[in-house]
Amino acid sequence: MLKWLEKNLPKIVMAPAVGLIGWFVYGFVLWTLYISFTNSKILPKYELWGVGQYVKLWGSRKWLIAVDNLLIFTALFLIFCVVIGIILAIFLDQKIRAEGVLRTIYLYPMALSFIVTGTAWKWILNPTLGIQKMFIDWGFENFTFDWLVNREMAIYTIVIAGVWQSAGFVMALFLAGLRSVEDEIVKAAKIDGANLFTVYWKILLPMMRPVFFTSFVILVHISIKSYDLIVALTQGGPGISTTMPALYMTQTAFHKSQVGLSAASAIMMFMAVAAVIIPYLYSELRRENAR
Amino acid sequence: MQDKLQASYKQLEMKSKYTNMFLRWFLYFALILFALYFIFPLYVMVVTSLKTMEEIRQGTLLTWPSGFNFNSWAVAWGGRGYGAGDTFLRPYFWNSFKMVVPAVFFSTFIGAMTGYVLTKWRFKGDQWVFLFLLFGCFIPFQAILLPMARTLGVLGISNSIIGLVLVHTVYGIPFTTLFFRNYYISVPTELVKAARIDGAGFFKIFFKILLPISAPIIVVTVIWQFTQIWNDFLFGSTFSFGKAAPIQVALNNMVLSSTSVKEYNVDMASAIIAGIPTLIVYVLAGKYFIRGLTSGAVKG
Repeated sequence: MLKWLEKNLPKIVMAPAVGLIGWFVYGFVLWTLYISFTNSKILPKYELWGVGQYVKLWGSRKWLIAVDNLLIFTALFLIFCVVIGIILAIFLDQKIRAEGVLRTIYLYPMALSFIVTGTAWKWILNPTLGIQKMFIDWGFENFTFDWLVNREMAIYTIVIAGVWQSAGFVMALFLAGLRSVEDEIVKAAKIDGANLFTVYWKILLPMMRPVFFTSFVILVHISIKSYDLIVALTQGGPGISTTMPALYMTQTAFHKSQVGLSAASAIMMFMAVAAVIIPYLYSELRRENAR
Repeated sequence: MQDKLQASYKQLEMKSKYTNMFLRWFLYFALILFALYFIFPLYVMVVTSLKTMEEIRQGTLLTWPSGFNFNSWAVAWGGRGYGAGDTFLRPYFWNSFKMVVPAVFFSTFIGAMTGYVLTKWRFKGDQWVFLFLLFGCFIPFQAILLPMARTLGVLGISNSIIGLVLVHTVYGIPFTTLFFRNYYISVPTELVKAARIDGAGFFKIFFKILLPISAPIIVVTVIWQFTQIWNDFLFGSTFSFGKAAPIQVALNNMVLSSTSVKEYNVDMASAIIAGIPTLIVYVLAGKYFIRGLTSGAVKG
């Protein structure tokens, strides 16, 4: 008995982690998957009902708006975060004085919660006393900036706040990537007469492909899950113009008590994340095994 | 001829020196401009929180406050003193601490143990176990909200701090395991093998050999978990309400629920109070914070 215990001790120690994740992650996802095929309303029902919830989901205008918003947000969020992040990383890589201070400033928003960020930007962007008033007081009398309360434009305010929060993160990733490149490569290119622009554009950035990939995965992941920022900034409004899937899911589940439908929307989100993450994990693991 | 060449070379060097100087000025200018963009909201938050509403209406976002008026900070932290409907942050701030401390401790401990087994007591298929755990880093939590709410209900710990501790511990394990696993994998296995030959057991090896050299990764993990859990809103808002709510939920309620006149100065003071613990940690241990961020993403 004692021998057995000793031999299996490592596995016993690991059991809590595996058990908890098995139950609370995989078990729960499977439960949600099952419920998405039932006609559950307030309480879960267990008789199968087929794909009715999915049909309902994709026929719902609100869900379609949510998906549309997600696509707009993800595209813009990705582009701006990556462009700003790369620019900052390359600029900071030029033996800048006070690099540490600047880096700290660029990255501090990552330490804040999305609720804090949303609260701050909501105040800054509010049309009566925020940026609009600032410009009017400066003499631009016809300046209007009412995106926060404008159905067409409100989604872009979420992009503004999201980029502000996450661009520094991309910078940190690229800076780490650039610093890991050996100096000889850059020196050799310079001896061959390449200027700094060519060095970055033709040599260093192409070498950063894994970093691009990582940033892409992390940012898409953040945007699919984005929930807090919308709650704090617009609550999905005006109207339902800034709804996103995560918000749709919680509202359907906890305010409208449509458990089956919200499970279906959660499964759609899960599949979207899995489509991005599984190839990523696969390639990471292969890279590790190759070494 | 030689002199002429020398001169033209000198000229060229000077010219490139000027372009270089111009480039560097441009570089600093751009970097400072970006810095101002990132600082701007924090500046606005701080000055707004120090103004009176009258000042806010008269000035602009950037106007410096006429005096340091900490009244809205007092209201945000301790309320106005009347009974019903007076929401303020103090109790929720402590709620968050009561939730964060045990959740960080348990998830870090479990992660350390699991990472230790996965790297130093390897077995067939351990790669798959790691992958199995790692995937937990990425699941959208919406896919587990409904069963979690029911489970907490069945366990009788819904709407309680204990419930939130459980939730945050469980969903922190994939990250903490990832951190420790990636750290321990670079510790030479020979050390462990030698200790085993000397008769040291599983726990002795962990506490005598690995734990003493784990300080950096413990700091990284604790900071990461602290920031994640402190800043969480989804779990807090789904699994708790009323008195058991953590700070981010309380902040959101406060900002949304102001009934009559919007008091932006109190909103901003509240937002700063909710953000200050993680900001302090970031300023004090930024290096470890960044390492957590990047090693959570770029492995190896």
